[in-house]
Amino acid sequence: MNPALSELQGLFPPGRLLTRPGELAPYASDALTAFRAQPLAVVLPESHEEVVEAVRWCVRHRIPYVARGSGTSLSGGSLPVEGGLVIGLNRMNRLLRLDPKERLAVVEPGFINLQVSQAAAPYGLYYAPDPSSQPVSTIGGNLAFNSGGAHCLKYGMTSNHVLAARVVLPDGQTVVLGSESLENTGPDWLGLFVGSEGLLGIVTEITLRLLPKPEAYHTVLAAYDALEKAGQAVAAVVASGLLPGAMEIMDALAIEAAEAAVQAGYPREARALLIVELEGEAPQVEAEARYLEEVIRQSGAYEVRVAQSQEERLKIWRGRKAAFSAVGRLSPDYLVQDGVVPRSKLGQALAEIENLSARYGLRVANVFHAGDGNLHPLILYNGRVAGELERAEALAGEILQLCVRLGGSITGEHGVGMEKKAYMPSMFTPEDLEAMQRIRQALDPLELANRGKMFPGDHPPHRPPSGPHPLEKAGVIARE
Amino acid sequence: MSETQPLRPTSVAEVQEAVRAYPRLRARGGGSKPALSTPQNGQTLLEMGGLRGVVEYDPSEYVVVARAGTPLAEVAALLAQHGQYLPFDPPFLAQGATLGGTVAAGLSGPMRQRYGGVRDFILGVELVDGEGRRIRGGGKVVKNAAGFDLPKLMVGSLGRLGLLVELAFKVFPAPKATCTLEVAFPRLEEALETLYRLAGSPIELYALDLVPPATLVLRLGGLSEALPARLERLQSFLGQPGQLREGEAEVAYWQGLNDLGHLGAGALVKVALTARRIPALERVLGPAPRRYLCAGNLLYLAWEGKLEELDALLKAQGLSGLVLRGTAPQPQIGIDLAQVFARKVAAALDPQGRLA
Repeated sequence: MNPALSELQGLFPPGRLLTRPGELAPYASDALTAFRAQPLAVVLPESHEEVVEAVRWCVRHRIPYVARGSGTSLSGGSLPVEGGLVIGLNRMNRLLRLDPKERLAVVEPGFINLQVSQAAAPYGLYYAPDPSSQPVSTIGGNLAFNSGGAHCLKYGMTSNHVLAARVVLPDGQTVVLGSESLENTGPDWLGLFVGSEGLLGIVTEITLRLLPKPEAYHTVLAAYDALEKAGQAVAAVVASGLLPGAMEIMDALAIEAAEAAVQAGYPREARALLIVELEGEAPQVEAEARYLEEVIRQSGAYEVRVAQSQEERLKIWRGRKAAFSAVGRLSPDYLVQDGVVPRSKLGQALAEIENLSARYGLRVANVFHAGDGNLHPLILYNGRVAGELERAEALAGEILQLCVRLGGSITGEHGVGMEKKAYMPSMFTPEDLEAMQRIRQALDPLELANRGKMFPGDHPPHRPPSGPHPLEKAGVIARE
Repeated sequence: MSETQPLRPTSVAEVQEAVRAYPRLRARGGGSKPALSTPQNGQTLLEMGGLRGVVEYDPSEYVVVARAGTPLAEVAALLAQHGQYLPFDPPFLAQGATLGGTVAAGLSGPMRQRYGGVRDFILGVELVDGEGRRIRGGGKVVKNAAGFDLPKLMVGSLGRLGLLVELAFKVFPAPKATCTLEVAFPRLEEALETLYRLAGSPIELYALDLVPPATLVLRLGGLSEALPARLERLQSFLGQPGQLREGEAEVAYWQGLNDLGHLGAGALVKVALTARRIPALERVLGPAPRRYLCAGNLLYLAWEGKLEELDALLKAQGLSGLVLRGTAPQPQIGIDLAQVFARKVAAALDPQGRLA
């Protein structure tokens, strides 16, 4: 046996050190199934000290590594480094402390996003970031990729809800970044760390901020005979001075898919649906609802429904949350894109995506967080038809370039990972990227931590045909 | 103080030249936080006021982009014309504070209670690092996950990781109407208990301040037609009517607090904390004028005595502070926040310590 591996055997007991091909297979890819790579081994630490040991072993043997939670990354962020170590954090899944009075939760990195809100619910509190992967994705992964969700315009992303983190740096040293206070008296080191995609270290303990649950919700579903009208309605809501918790749009193809999957009761013939949700103190929400009603009425919606109960509200959201995996019913394969445009350019972006779809001869379904301009075009293709995957990828690339051209971003919430690193130079200058590299190399001169991600220029790994992730097939995760 | 004449760049290129030409630099915007912007030990002063003006503002985007030397007051006035505001409520508007100085000092005000502080609203940054390189991070849209979050890193960076030249912020619609309730309690314990109850409730306050010894100042905001009902609910939650401020007097009350002048003379210090630390702190702070903001997460205080004493006092409490006005060898006082992550990142952006 490889001497490095036998040393690892001394650090991790059998069952928590995986080296056989059959054991490693589930770790070969994440939710971006187009990429696949074979790690040397997987370790499953159960403590901070074991993470430190694993990282130090990697440094001693110059072996690159990636930390992994549930593997729901849509950008290939938790793809193994070929021949490297996977540090699986799912066993570090304890809630260490819940302090309702101070409104914070301290968790290990493998703790599941949705379980934070479940644990906080008896105290009238919740954890705001709600990526669609939240039933399975872990807080550690959410932190590494600064996950978003449907409520980012008003509440921000993961970074706005993390107070402190205990971090194992790429050289094996441990630091604590941040504190329990919302304020700080020096550079925001934690702010830099969150969203660094596993390149600057591994978190082993995270302090999260909890918010009081809103007292009341007002959820409106509006149907339009044109996508453009839904986009204009969003602009009108914003112009009215309202600040909804969420504004979501689905186009005809996405509506069709969602209906087929979960029968949310959406108007099937609609060309576009807009979901707007107000939330807050009851008297304020009631007053805002009257303004919203007027704005929606003037926006040319041909049908408007207001959820009259919590059940009706959840039904409206069920269709929206199911839309991504539901698109799988319409097509053997699909790619999920994640780009951002300024909200006022939504209409233009959608029109151009429609043109691109026609030019490439591939259907594109659109589901997006309209409130923050975050587009999620789903590009439908058949992997068995020669060249279709490549066409779909080329189309996806054009959409990203379009987002940058319109003044937006190549990713709103999925991160750069493997998938988008080639597009970083379209958003950042060589000097910008070099500065980020300098920061990375200062902390990780050997470039061991999640090597090959975020920065352009590294070799792509093996590319077998894509298809749904096993967890996705089982309906456990959704691509968003 | 300064051994050389101040430099007054009017372009990013001139900032780059200055960094390359001088061994040690200290940036200054409006000078409203002199402890952070006064050159020391041979530093050359860089007056950033020449990099001024709003670059992009489309109210429907909720985004404003401006050069770092732009006064806050100029941005606030422009936003107000469109019914919007800077939700982190930065201090020192009338003292000429700039966007860049506010970010570098990492300062927010009472209304950060509602939606968050300056770190929660910064979207993008352009800076010149310690080698004179021009670097951008973040973007100009409200949601973005591309690359390292350099904008957040700059919050509280005190000009030591880079000289800020352009900044992008998320902004929000301002509340259409506001009112303020002042509620006095017999003892600190009771005030704190109510503070915790409020902070954990769905009542949405624009400000939740504690004025020692035991008074809470609460600001409600939103649609005017909903405000009376919400005020009534708040009063019943508190179990007492409190003292109400409304209309122009209410707006003037908060404007009057913006310069922190109500704290009086002495060194002006910001302390980061949580409400849990307040009882112990209250026992040792003596007569120093002070006010706790944002449900006990932020303390501004005026210190008449020696700053060394406050430094020791904060250390004993396990807290960190930042001197904004007053003479201290180092503006960062209290517990030492230095660690290896910080040292390495600082060395990557300013290897020769020109900005240190």
